[in-house]
Amino acid sequence: MMTGWTALFYKEVLRFWKVGFQTVAAPVLTAVLYLLIFGHVLEDHVQVYNGVNYTAFLIPGLVMMSVLQNAFANSSSSMVQSKIMGNLVFLLLTPLSHWSWFFAYTLSAMVRGMVVGLGVLLATGLFIWQSSSLHVSLLPQEPLWVLVFALSGAAMLGALGLIAGLWAEKFDQMAAFQNFVIMPMTFLSGVFYSIHSLPAFWQGVSHLNPFFYMIDGFRYGFFGQSDVSPWLSLGVVGVSLTLVSALALHLLRIGFKIRG
Amino acid sequence: MPTPAISFQSVSKTFQTAKGAFQALHEVSFDIQEGEFFGLLGPNGAGKTTLISILAGLAKSSSGHIKVQGVDVASQSAQARRLLGIVPQELVFDPFFNVREALQFQSGYFGIRRNDAWIDELLDSLGLADKANNNMRQLSGGMKRRMLVAQALVHKPPVIVLDEPTAGVDVELRQTLWQFIAKLNKQGHSVLLTTHYLEEAEALCNRIAMLKQGQVVALDSTSELLKAASSNVLRFKLDAQLPAALAGKARVTGRIVQLPANDAAEIERYLAAVREAGLVAEDVEIRKADLEDVFLDVMAGTQGARA
Repeated sequence: MMTGWTALFYKEVLRFWKVGFQTVAAPVLTAVLYLLIFGHVLEDHVQVYNGVNYTAFLIPGLVMMSVLQNAFANSSSSMVQSKIMGNLVFLLLTPLSHWSWFFAYTLSAMVRGMVVGLGVLLATGLFIWQSSSLHVSLLPQEPLWVLVFALSGAAMLGALGLIAGLWAEKFDQMAAFQNFVIMPMTFLSGVFYSIHSLPAFWQGVSHLNPFFYMIDGFRYGFFGQSDVSPWLSLGVVGVSLTLVSALALHLLRIGFKIRG
Repeated sequence: MPTPAISFQSVSKTFQTAKGAFQALHEVSFDIQEGEFFGLLGPNGAGKTTLISILAGLAKSSSGHIKVQGVDVASQSAQARRLLGIVPQELVFDPFFNVREALQFQSGYFGIRRNDAWIDELLDSLGLADKANNNMRQLSGGMKRRMLVAQALVHKPPVIVLDEPTAGVDVELRQTLWQFIAKLNKQGHSVLLTTHYLEEAEALCNRIAMLKQGQVVALDSTSELLKAASSNVLRFKLDAQLPAALAGKARVTGRIVQLPANDAAEIERYLAAVREAGLVAEDVEIRKADLEDVFLDVMAGTQGARA
C-alpha cells in the first residue's frame, strides 16, 4: 500500500479503473464514431494543412479532446460524488494537506486522460489501417511536443475539474459547468477544423481560448506544422495551468464548500 | 494538572442563515481528561454535532479554541487529526471499494503502510471479518455503522469521538460495539460519546456534559448528576386524563405516568389525588431516578447550570 497523497492517488486511479467500461471504453467508442462520421463526410471537402488529409488532421484533435474531457471528468465527478454521498468526510478527517489533495486528484485525472487518449489513438489507428483507401501516417514527427501538450493539457483539465467539483453542490450544476464551459471551449478549439477556415471574428475568439493552444500544440507534434508556434502554445498552456492550479490549491486550502 | 485529552475553550459558532444570524454554540468550555469515558448529551439541535464538527476540523469556530492533548485543532490541524478518531453520525460509505480496501486506503491517508494485522483485529472485534472482501454497498446498515468505527480507528488514535454511533443499530450489535469501545477505553483511549440512548450514557460514561441551545447546562460526574435528581420516581398506568394538580409535575408517555417523589408521604399524596379524581392507577411501581429523569429536569430548566 502507498501512503499519504499516493494512497489517495492510487484510490482515485482504482476508482475509474474499476468502472473502466464507462470511464475508458465509452469515450474511446465516442471518438471512433466522430472519426467515422466527420472523417467520412468531410474527407474530400475540407482542406487543412498542405500535405495532410482531413482524417489525419482530425485524429490528433480527437485524441487531445478525449484526453482533456476525461481528465476533467475524473476529478470533477469524483469530487462531486464524494460530496453528495458524504464519503468525502473520510478524507476531511485525515491529516492530508491541500497539496496532497491537489496532486492526488490532478495526477489521477492525468492518468485517466492519458489512458483514454492512448485508447483513442490505437482505435483510430486501427480504423485507418484497415481502410486501405486512406494513406495516413499517425507516427508523430516530434513526439516530445505530443507528450508535453498531452500532459500539461490533462493537468490543467484535472485541476479545473477539481475546482468544478468543489464548486458544484449538485449533479446538475456540474452538468451546467460541462455544457456551458467545457463543451464550448472544446468545440471552439479547432478539434474539427483549422481555425484559419473561420471568419476573422471567430478566429480572434479562438485565440483567447486556451484549449485552442493545447490542441494546436499537440497537433504540431504530429505534423510539424500548426496554426501558431508551439512555443506560444506552450506559454499559454503553462500560464493557464499555473493560474488554474493556484486557484484549485487556494480553494482546497480554505476548504471551499467542504469545510463549514 | 495533566494535559486534558480534549479541551473546549469558550467555543462559539454563529451560522448565517436566510433568517439572520443563528448562534449554535455559546462560549462552550469544558475539559475531558485522559482516559475518561465522557458523555455529551442534549436534545436535537442543541449543538452537539456542531461542536464535534469543529473538533474534527469539518467546521471552523467563530471564536474560541479546541485542543486535543494540547494540540490546537485549527492551527495544528494535521497533528490534531492524527490524535483523533472520529466516528461520524451520517451513515456514509464509498461504493467503489470493498471493506478491506476502504480500510487500507484510510490507513494510507494517515501514512500507515502495512496495517493488515490491525485491520484484521478491527474487523474481528467488530464482527466484520467475513465481510472483508464484500463491496461496501452489500453491507447492512448496522455493518456500515461498525465500518465507520473501524475507519475511525485505523490509525490507533488516542482520543476516540463517537457521534451517535448506535442510532439504528440493533441491541446485539450495540452490545458488541460497546464491549469493544469499553475495552479500548480500559487500554487508555479517551472516549467522547454523544448519544440519544440515555441508559447507554449512564452505563458507560463516568462524566457527562449536557448541552441546551448551544450552552453547557450541566457538567458533572454521572453519579453526582444522579444524586442531584429526585431520588425516586413513582410510575403507574392510567386510562384517563391526569388530575390537573399532578399534570404539571408529571411526565406522561401514552398511558404511562411518571412523577418525581422524594419520600413516602409525597407518593401517598399523588396516589390520593388519583383516587379522589375517581381514577384507578394500574401497575404502580417506584423506581430509582435515572439519567433520563436528570436530563429532562435539566432541559426543563429546573436544575441550575453547573458549568
